[in-house]
Amino acid sequence: MSSEDAFTQQFKISGGDFGKAGVVSTKVKEILQEIGIDPSIIRRAAIAIYEAEMNIVMYAESATLTLHITPDIAQFKFEDKGQGIENIEMAMQEGFSTATDEMREMGFGAGMGLPNIKRNADKLNIISHPGVGTSLDIIFCLNQKK
Amino acid sequence: MQLKEIKELLCAEIICGEDRLDIEIRFAGGSDLMSDVLAFGKPGILLLTGLSNAQSVRTADIIEAKAIVYVRGKKPTEEGVTLATKRHIPILSTNYMMYKACGILYSHGLSGVSDSQDSEGL
Repeated sequence: MSSEDAFTQQFKISGGDFGKAGVVSTKVKEILQEIGIDPSIIRRAAIAIYEAEMNIVMYAESATLTLHITPDIAQFKFEDKGQGIENIEMAMQEGFSTATDEMREMGFGAGMGLPNIKRNADKLNIISHPGVGTSLDIIFCLNQKK
Repeated sequence: MQLKEIKELLCAEIICGEDRLDIEIRFAGGSDLMSDVLAFGKPGILLLTGLSNAQSVRTADIIEAKAIVYVRGKKPTEEGVTLATKRHIPILSTNYMMYKACGILYSHGLSGVSDSQDSEGL
């Protein structure tokens, strides 16, 4: 990828659609592989994106994911409309969860989502307005291995 | 350990990926919690799980698992089989429960994911 090159693509994610949960992550992973991103970065990115997508399916009404790739970074910006996060500090703690039984039956809702995203990302910014929605900005540096 | 040996040890049925039974499996992990699998799974893992919905296959794909074994006689959904076939992830199904399936494989020398890496694992 030359320095002028940048790639941007947007995806829609529907809240509550458990049947399609993970479809966007799988698609994004394929795109990253096609672009030729380092496999170790793809692995970390795929986990972070998948967790974020599951969070949207579980807690939000709808969302957009904007994928932006430059020679230096891969940025994944999730902007959802939904209940938002009351206490981000609590939500970042492993094991803290407000999941329903249905979410747990899907194998999620164990309070690992945001900590997992943070663990894998090079940079994570969360802005949330309770009752309005959440914006999650996940960034991976492409010129260094974690 | 080859996947076909795992199939024999667990008296398992092949759901898909019959042509990949000769792949080599070096370590395994078992969990029904996909968040745990995402947190502690490693590429190349054999995933044993009792969660047989499409999310288990997606999770296996995301962490680059080599194969999936469903325990307690669970069978995947049609969507799960389609995805696994597309992503070349063989699926086996055993009637053994999680504890017994893991115990058999471990006692035959298949390491846990935590033994094969320097970090915590399933």
